[in-house]
Amino acid sequence: MIEPGYKVAIGLEVHVQLSTDTKLFCDDSNEFGLKENTQVGLVSLAYPGTLPVLNENALEMAIRLAIACNSEIPPITLFDRKNYFYPDLPKGYQITQDRAPVAVGGYIPVGDKKVQLTKMHLEEDAGKSIHTDGANYSLIDYNRAGTPLVEIVTEPVIVSAAQAGKVFSTVRKLVRYLEVSDGNMEHGSLRCDVNISLSKTETLGSKVEIKNLNSIRFVQKAIEFEIKRQTDLLDSGKEVISETRLFDSVNNSTSSMREKETLNDYRYFPDPDLPGIELRKEFIDRVRNSMSLTPWEAQHILKTKYLLPDYDAAVISEEKELFKYYCTAAESCANYKLLANWIMGPVKNYINDTGDSDVKFPFNPEKMAELIEAIDRGKVTKNAAQKVLFPEMIGTLRSVGELITDLGLAENKEDELTLIIDELSNEFPKEWSLMKSGQKKLIGMFMGQVMKRTGGKADPAKAKELLMNKIG
Amino acid sequence: MEINRELFDKIAGLAKLNFSEDQREAMMEDMSKIITWVQKLEELDTRGVEPLVNMSHELNVTREDKPAEHLDREIVLRNAPRTKDGFIMVPKVID
Repeated sequence: MIEPGYKVAIGLEVHVQLSTDTKLFCDDSNEFGLKENTQVGLVSLAYPGTLPVLNENALEMAIRLAIACNSEIPPITLFDRKNYFYPDLPKGYQITQDRAPVAVGGYIPVGDKKVQLTKMHLEEDAGKSIHTDGANYSLIDYNRAGTPLVEIVTEPVIVSAAQAGKVFSTVRKLVRYLEVSDGNMEHGSLRCDVNISLSKTETLGSKVEIKNLNSIRFVQKAIEFEIKRQTDLLDSGKEVISETRLFDSVNNSTSSMREKETLNDYRYFPDPDLPGIELRKEFIDRVRNSMSLTPWEAQHILKTKYLLPDYDAAVISEEKELFKYYCTAAESCANYKLLANWIMGPVKNYINDTGDSDVKFPFNPEKMAELIEAIDRGKVTKNAAQKVLFPEMIGTLRSVGELITDLGLAENKEDELTLIIDELSNEFPKEWSLMKSGQKKLIGMFMGQVMKRTGGKADPAKAKELLMNKIG
Repeated sequence: MEINRELFDKIAGLAKLNFSEDQREAMMEDMSKIITWVQKLEELDTRGVEPLVNMSHELNVTREDKPAEHLDREIVLRNAPRTKDGFIMVPKVID
């Protein structure tokens, strides 16, 4: 995708909307989706004489992110004003951090690579403007004005659209693990600006910024389009203009947002309304000791303690609830890989089928462990466990042992084999009839399939007997 | 300090304000006077003095993350010149 001879440098600015109960500098509710202009008080509306006071929870969440990414946390953090004039910003400035952000450096592990971070800072969000086509007015909802954001800024070290997508999805996983944000991209809880430059030399090319991308796919599509656009420009000897562009998700393209005749001058200066915050060691230690593990730590545990392959570890660590469920079940069963298969298969399917945004498990992890033990010890076949036992276990208090007895699954092994053999005869009709007409070597193939499908648990003599009976 | 035309236009542009030719002349003169007056402070030797950002020397002022009662929407919208369906209406802005 990147033409030979070109070097691409991509940096992301990810805006994480914190799931605090109140806004960053005042006690208006920070709930999503309420009626417009019903979560606004005098501070959000910038009435004269009002003063901002920092939300301690938002600060703690930012510190959690900083610790998780191994960032350096400075001894003191300060707030600054970024001035610009826009109706969704009642004060005429945004409170953000310029001189002394809450975290400097650090990295986000993506595969084998550590994507270096420039910094993280706390800032307030603006309200929402709604522009109706053809109308000579805009509508403003201030509910979002003042909601807390952490902006995570990476160095321009990302080298492809796919890698940028992975960084963004890793951040999403991280914020959910740390419980600092719901990471809901549709609601705008996670938004991303992309900086991208293409160059034929070692020096970075002109920086183009693409604003406000709210899905992993959009991030990738926007970057793919930009690489192509900038390659074409440079190939034909033209220049890439440093500018801000908007992504069009219908056409998967970007377009110039504004001609920057004069660069916007934000006139940053220290906010005299907000005193500095000392980030003392005791405070940071307290946060460290009370916070959740990170998704990459979870993945590491799955690989080293439970010896799962990379793929399984990645799938199970996708959501913290799933990881915890796995670990709890793994405490009471021996076959970790079998447990992983069941979690990635039936359990995950069940979760997806409920279609709920909250993860809902079919039954508790202790029961899951009982099920795995029963299969592992040959008390029930995998097939019967999946088709009969698993659904029966949902919503009942009866133990797995009781269910196996009551449902007659223990004695059902012969039926089970017959069922598999029936399946095989349907799936491989040609081979089946050849075997029937006397091609003996195909018996081996069918036996192999039977053993495969029973996970090697079938009694080969019994299986062969059933197979011979069937072909008569 | 004299405010020249270029600087004046930049500041007016950032504040999204338009001035007629007469208004501009008067404004430029006023601004020049104000800044010259404030510039008096530059006579003070502040070498080696840390900038004073906050009048208070307090640090670590934070509040608990607890929602309080909101303003009724009716009150929120009362001072807005125009409203529509619970929104505040402003002249069309697309930047």
